[in-house]
Amino acid sequence: MSEVVVEARGVVKNFGDLNVLKGIDLTIRRGDVTCIIGPSGSGKSTFLRCINQLETLDGGYIIVEGQPVGVKIKKGRVEAQSNAEAARSRENIGMVFQSFNLFPHMTVLGNICEAPIRVKKESRAVVRKRAYDLLDRVGLAAKAEVYPAALSGGQQQRVAIARALAMEPRLMLFDEPTSALDPELVGEVLDVMRGLADAGMTMIVVTHEIGFAREVSDHLIFMDDGCVVEQGDPRSVLHSPQHDRTKQFLAKVL
Amino acid sequence: MSDTATDSSTEAVADDGIDRKLLLGRPHQHHGMLWLTASIVLFAIFLVSYSLVTNPRFEWGVVFGWFSSERLFTGLLRTLGLTAISMVVGIVVGVILALARLAPNFIIAGVAAFLVWIFRGVPVFVQLLFWGFIAAIYPRIAIGIPFGPEFFSVDANVLITPFLAAILGLGLNEGAYKSEIVRAGLLSVNRGQTEAAKALGMRRFTILWRIVLPQAMKIIIPPTGNQTISMLKTTSLVSVLAFPELLYSAQLVYSANFKTIPLLIAASLWYLLVTSILSLGQFYIERHYNRGSGKTDQLRNFPRFSKTLRSRPPKQEVQS
Ligand SMILES: Nc1ncnc2c1ncn2[C@@H]1O[C@H](COP(=O)(O)OP(=O)(O)OP(=O)(O)O)[C@@H](O)[C@H]1O
Ligand SMILES: [Mg+2]
Repeated sequence: MSEVVVEARGVVKNFGDLNVLKGIDLTIRRGDVTCIIGPSGSGKSTFLRCINQLETLDGGYIIVEGQPVGVKIKKGRVEAQSNAEAARSRENIGMVFQSFNLFPHMTVLGNICEAPIRVKKESRAVVRKRAYDLLDRVGLAAKAEVYPAALSGGQQQRVAIARALAMEPRLMLFDEPTSALDPELVGEVLDVMRGLADAGMTMIVVTHEIGFAREVSDHLIFMDDGCVVEQGDPRSVLHSPQHDRTKQFLAKVL
Repeated sequence: MSDTATDSSTEAVADDGIDRKLLLGRPHQHHGMLWLTASIVLFAIFLVSYSLVTNPRFEWGVVFGWFSSERLFTGLLRTLGLTAISMVVGIVVGVILALARLAPNFIIAGVAAFLVWIFRGVPVFVQLLFWGFIAAIYPRIAIGIPFGPEFFSVDANVLITPFLAAILGLGLNEGAYKSEIVRAGLLSVNRGQTEAAKALGMRRFTILWRIVLPQAMKIIIPPTGNQTISMLKTTSLVSVLAFPELLYSAQLVYSANFKTIPLLIAASLWYLLVTSILSLGQFYIERHYNRGSGKTDQLRNFPRFSKTLRSRPPKQEVQS
């Protein structure tokens, strides 16, 4: 079996009195595509955000690439990471948001080059070359000098993927990357993600696209009410679910 | 097709006695009242102008003589310098206070809110007096370890010159106002922008400087023009500190030659001239930011501005 990239054990997250994650256990291996499905409000986004510290954990732990998330162990004690340490650990994790979140005051090229230049201190020439390669890969080489406002939703999301890839992450997180798109634009984004999966990228994808999950994922996770209810091979989870809640959910979306 | 507009039938659809043909013409305007009110106002203007010209106490010769004098011009330059420096201090202080008020550390946020409360709540004239009389509170200003040895100390009267007192008074007051605007600007930037930047591994300063502040500028820049105009006029309060800006220069002259009104008019003309020029600038800033309130329009305008903000033109970044 290939090496473990993400190890989550007993992950708990509360928002005030609201217990959003109730002890998530998950193991993700190198090169695997893991899709997370489940009803709205079940905590899928929250779990994804915990992995790259956009949320802090209230219980349990996550280890990404051999590094505990959000904490460090020093002289036999657990201490919170500093902001700079948190930022450093995010460098290896790319994230794609439902709402794209491109920087509106920068061109497509600027969006892609900003982090590698500012964070990794790479040379402009190297980063630009990579940016053009990535734009080629997502089919937007002609849009390098354009501002995000002039792009369609599908194009913006493909730029957002290229922007995340420009940091050369070892793990990609996708939070419903196609949910804000018109139906006819969903395909172009899923195609890019499919290409990425074929290239061996380790990916965790929260999605409502059951077809994509069935075709592309190596591992499917069904979450409900802050718990992992069922997980395993996508075909078996989708076609012969063991739990009632999974059956009910699939009956609604299939 | 093009005929349909002119050929449209004016046949009545209902029997309501309205002559449709008449409705096609534009309504007749009554200008009677307009002319009456205009004549009254014009006559009033005439009376005022007549008195301005014929009342010898205005001494227009003296006004224009001093208007173009070197002394008032030097005062004007000091006023402009004071305005510019106070605005820069105000913006820097405003950004710092705004960031402090948004800081997660509640003591820092509380102290910043307190300072804003003080510097905004006390009239700027009173603040200027305090800075002017600072030596009465702290006769010596020293650098050293608190309650320990001093490395260096100066007489407050030597360190806090009238000029420095003016900059402190005006700049801190401006900064307190500015901090509210900067805060609103920072809060206006979508949280997703910060999250996307964080997810890319950007450090806090980079996120602020490269992602959030440039977008907040849309909110921060437009009021700055108005505040500059207001600051230009507020600098006249500094005359109380005996700093020879435009008003105090005029006061120095009339305290010697007793041509009080002509000198005040000469100074006013300079203030009017400069505020008019600044208002023109403000007009262009507002037009730039208001062009089409449509979202895409604003987004499209915005990058053009941000380019001018960059130290390096984007073309240079692009090496092929
Ligand atoms: N910042 C927050 N403050 C308070 N409650 C929150 C916050 N973020 C999420 N929640 C709550 O946590 C729960 C889980 O939210 P989450 O976004 O993880 O769900 P989700 O499974 O991604 O749903 P969806 O499919 O609608 O995106 C919801 O009840 C939500 O209201
Ligand atoms: Mg979600």
